[in-house]
Amino acid sequence: MIEVENLEVRFGGVTPIDDMTTTFPGGTCGLIGPNGAGKTTFFNVLSGFVKPVAGSVRCNGDDLLKMADFRRARWGLRRTFQTEQAIEELSVYNNVAMVHEHSGLSRASREEDVLGAIKFVGLGMDPGTKVGTLGARDRRLIEVARAVVGKPRLLLLDEPAAGLPEEETEHLAGVIKRIPEQIGGLVILVDHDMSLVSACCEVTAVLDFGKLIASGPTAEVLRDENVIRAYLGTEEKL
Amino acid sequence: MITALLLLVLFGLPVLFSNFWVQVCTLVAVYSIVALGLNLLMGRVGLVSLGQIAVLALAAWVGARLLFATGLPFPVVLIMTGLVTMVLGTIIGLPALRLSGLYLALVTLMLAGAITVVLASTDFPNGGEGFLGHQEGGTGATAGSGQAEPIRRPAIAETPDGYFRYTVIATALMFLLVLAHIRGKPGRAWAAIHQSEPAALAAGVNVTLYKLWAFALAAFITGVAGGLLGGAVGVLFNFQFPTEESIVLLAVVLMGGIYSLWGAIIAGAFMQLLPELLNDWGVAADLLTILFGVGILQVLLTAPAGLVDQVPRDMGRLGRLIWRLAGRAFKRPADTARSP
Repeated sequence: MIEVENLEVRFGGVTPIDDMTTTFPGGTCGLIGPNGAGKTTFFNVLSGFVKPVAGSVRCNGDDLLKMADFRRARWGLRRTFQTEQAIEELSVYNNVAMVHEHSGLSRASREEDVLGAIKFVGLGMDPGTKVGTLGARDRRLIEVARAVVGKPRLLLLDEPAAGLPEEETEHLAGVIKRIPEQIGGLVILVDHDMSLVSACCEVTAVLDFGKLIASGPTAEVLRDENVIRAYLGTEEKL
Repeated sequence: MITALLLLVLFGLPVLFSNFWVQVCTLVAVYSIVALGLNLLMGRVGLVSLGQIAVLALAAWVGARLLFATGLPFPVVLIMTGLVTMVLGTIIGLPALRLSGLYLALVTLMLAGAITVVLASTDFPNGGEGFLGHQEGGTGATAGSGQAEPIRRPAIAETPDGYFRYTVIATALMFLLVLAHIRGKPGRAWAAIHQSEPAALAAGVNVTLYKLWAFALAAFITGVAGGLLGGAVGVLFNFQFPTEESIVLLAVVLMGGIYSLWGAIIAGAFMQLLPELLNDWGVAADLLTILFGVGILQVLLTAPAGLVDQVPRDMGRLGRLIWRLAGRAFKRPADTARSP
């Protein structure tokens, strides 16, 4: 469970996150909003790339913001990026193994964990294949494998389906749905594909211009008038 | 294959060539270690340093001073030189924690310039007294009073051939050291940093530590190269390490190929062997600046992975083309169909 309290981020005169207070209870939670709503900024706060001016983020009782950025992986935080960041120079196996070895996990279980993660996302190729030779779908799946290896406590997926064709998004949705039971941790999914979000997430929070405008069960949130207005830009009714 | 090549170099080269060319090949080995340092920084971590020749000059200074001041065995002096240079090189690497790309290149170039100036005013030790260890008219090509000895070589490798073999083995050990790093945990961390720093951080990589580690390792091997250089040339002069030599080093390292360790050997040969070959053929070595300029343009446009990647690939293509043409000439359609 993550409790976010009065979180505020400012870049000069812009406030990408404005007094955000919410709770992500568990399982897979959605985080949606129009472009520029502050979703990726929120992930960057959790990753430690952006320092908030106010507020706190507590995960299972630990103060996440107090940790150095690279130590958060050791604590159990993982993420994927909007533009996939699988390491081209390394093999599929080493891509996943390097996350395992740098997050302080036991060497004894490394091979089993790494191969398990590669199998979990459904990659069938030889683990010794260089990532530079692979296509977009495989690289996305490698990123997901890097994110789930070693059972992290908190997993952030930033538009994992961006740029993928429909049938490959379906496979990815299947993988994402199985993540909570695989890792036993909390997953936050950011995506613009509403069918992916409704399929994977029980609860969803909505950001618009840095403000939390709705949160709750996904189906209800997607019917919420404020949310529809934020997305479609409907005329003010009141 | 590599062992056979190494044996050929160790025992074949000294037999086949005169002392002069063996001496040149010793310098090729020394400079391929220096090139390996830059190859590691650029190709593996993505850090551009234009100060590596200055690091080599520092290392040569430290090595020469230790060799004159102590009677320690040569390998011990090499390792000590490596360690002292590692500390200095890591300090030079500190700006890299904040800067990257052009700015890092500029800062390291300025530092290299500063080191060149300091070395020019203090001169290299030649067995004299005190910290600087320099005495006027000591060692030198003109051999003034002839009081001081040239920088000593290991007892087991006094001859040019012996010292050549000694240097090649030390070079091979440095390559193995770097290879062990690249194949291990640091190598995977560097690959992640090279790809994207945020992604490396998110994967738990201590980016600061591993960047400094790369600078430290590059400086250590350059330090060993500096120690070897002193023994190779016997007398060191500050004009052997001009600041612009670092830029030439960057050019040859890029041409050799930064993604393969073999590229560093090609770079060493370009830097030390090519000028001597041109001299031998009666062509002015100054022409190299132009040749390197054209060469680097060629490599960047057609083979970003360098000659180490391009030459075997193009030779393979040429071989297949000849095979195909020969097949056609002798009317063997089966061969034509088989070749891709």
